[in-house]
Amino acid sequence: MPDGSIIKTAMLEINDLHGFYGESHVLHGVSLEVRQGEVVTLLGRNGAGKTSTMRSIMGIIGRRTGSIRFQGTELIGMAQHKIPRLGIGYVPEERGIFSSLSVDENLTLPPVIKEGGMTVEQIYDLFPNLKGRGTTQGTRLSGGEQQMLAIARILRTGANLILLDEPTEGLAPVIIEQIGVAVRALKARGFTIVLVEQNFRFAATIADRHYVMEEGHVVDMIPNDQLDANMDKLHTYLGV
Amino acid sequence: MFDLLGVPPQALFGQLLLGLINGSFYALLSLGLAVIFGMLNVINFAHGALYMVGAFVAWLLLNYLGLGYWWALFLAPTAVGLIGVVLEKTMLSRLYKLDHLYGLLLTFGLALIFEGAFRHFYGVSGQPYPIPDLLKGGQNLGFMFLPNYRGWVVVSSLIVCFGTWFAIERTRLGAYLRAATENPVLVQAFGINVPVMVSATYAFGVALAGLAGVLAAPIYQVSPLMGSNLIIIVFAVVVIGGMGSILGAILTGLGLGLMEGLTKVFYPEASNIVVFVVMAIVLLIKPAGLFGRER
Repeated sequence: MPDGSIIKTAMLEINDLHGFYGESHVLHGVSLEVRQGEVVTLLGRNGAGKTSTMRSIMGIIGRRTGSIRFQGTELIGMAQHKIPRLGIGYVPEERGIFSSLSVDENLTLPPVIKEGGMTVEQIYDLFPNLKGRGTTQGTRLSGGEQQMLAIARILRTGANLILLDEPTEGLAPVIIEQIGVAVRALKARGFTIVLVEQNFRFAATIADRHYVMEEGHVVDMIPNDQLDANMDKLHTYLGV
Repeated sequence: MFDLLGVPPQALFGQLLLGLINGSFYALLSLGLAVIFGMLNVINFAHGALYMVGAFVAWLLLNYLGLGYWWALFLAPTAVGLIGVVLEKTMLSRLYKLDHLYGLLLTFGLALIFEGAFRHFYGVSGQPYPIPDLLKGGQNLGFMFLPNYRGWVVVSSLIVCFGTWFAIERTRLGAYLRAATENPVLVQAFGINVPVMVSATYAFGVALAGLAGVLAAPIYQVSPLMGSNLIIIVFAVVVIGGMGSILGAILTGLGLGLMEGLTKVFYPEASNIVVFVVMAIVLLIKPAGLFGRER
């Protein structure tokens, strides 16, 4: 749907973003934009800065300069706990399921920040595996179920931009398929999604555009419908 | 009446009651330490001093403002909690990124300052604090005499301990607390103001110490050193129960109080060291403590 871009406004705009962990400079001028309702992936090798870009959006990196605007609001300089309250939901790479909380408690932990979030019933329809597991300790779920729970818990909050960091990492193909179905369903519901992926075959099934990152900045942008034509280039970037 | 191993039952039950009372204080104090350690990763050496401050606030309220026990029961923990907020905001919050030892040294220094200040103004001899009228007298239970005030201390501290346990383990606010203890960065990324939670946790933990101080005032005397006498045992309790375990802190506190009481009956010479003997054994067998998890 690249032609829809004319009417769709930019939801997230990142300009010349530099990020630091202590002394180490990990992001070197990242610029990208995500339009309302789009699914955009960040592709790249390990250490290219994909996760750091996400952490910068959430404000959980040592220091950042440049500009990150969400629906026109500048996020750099904003208090950390206020950023998600604008409507950004974060699913970290390590999933971050809490072992001292039950599945139910994990699911209802993130506070509802806006109207329009999904109900627990709708979430169970999307992830039937989670149904009836409410009292189980969060970390007793399988890896795939933990990933579903990590996604599920931010759907309740009313966030309209979702940052998904490697949702398929370490999961069996059948589970990856389920996650893919869920992400497509979320897209159909109008969520805007930024996805970090190593697995671009998975990314290709759901994304509108792909940003390729290398050494802390964006080196290329490939619309999904031109992915086949750019396969050779992509193989060089990703070194696969 | 019957005898148990040559011990008259009055002596046995009397010591058990004393053990239960000491255990209630151990439980209240180690609970606060456990909550603070879980969230802040700080070993709060100022805990005993703040317990003493709680008792002194009660004493000062009575002697300077004429406000009695029931006022103190509310005002002293509030005052100690506010002191906690100031300490956390101005000093402790700067240390979280450093080794545990810095928090321990800072709070140890604060304890010395609090104790030194109260010693300077009030000397080392204890100040008496009267039992409130409502709780004077006692009950004859047949096998022993139960002073009302002591019964009140046991019951009220049990209610506070298990109320705290319930709030942490079974409520939404408690879920935030448990989650933030595990992964504060992620909880912050869900839009929860973690620094405020941390301050509130410290304030709550030390307010429990302040409450214990008020409860203790009519039993032990109010003295600047009352905290340092108790805190060493309380640390042993926390180590035995397992750092950061809420239920562990409560049950170990009560259990060790009772064990001390029993030792006083059967082998009084060992009563001062029994807690430390238990600590050594537990550390040998289960280094994370009875209820603790390896970190």
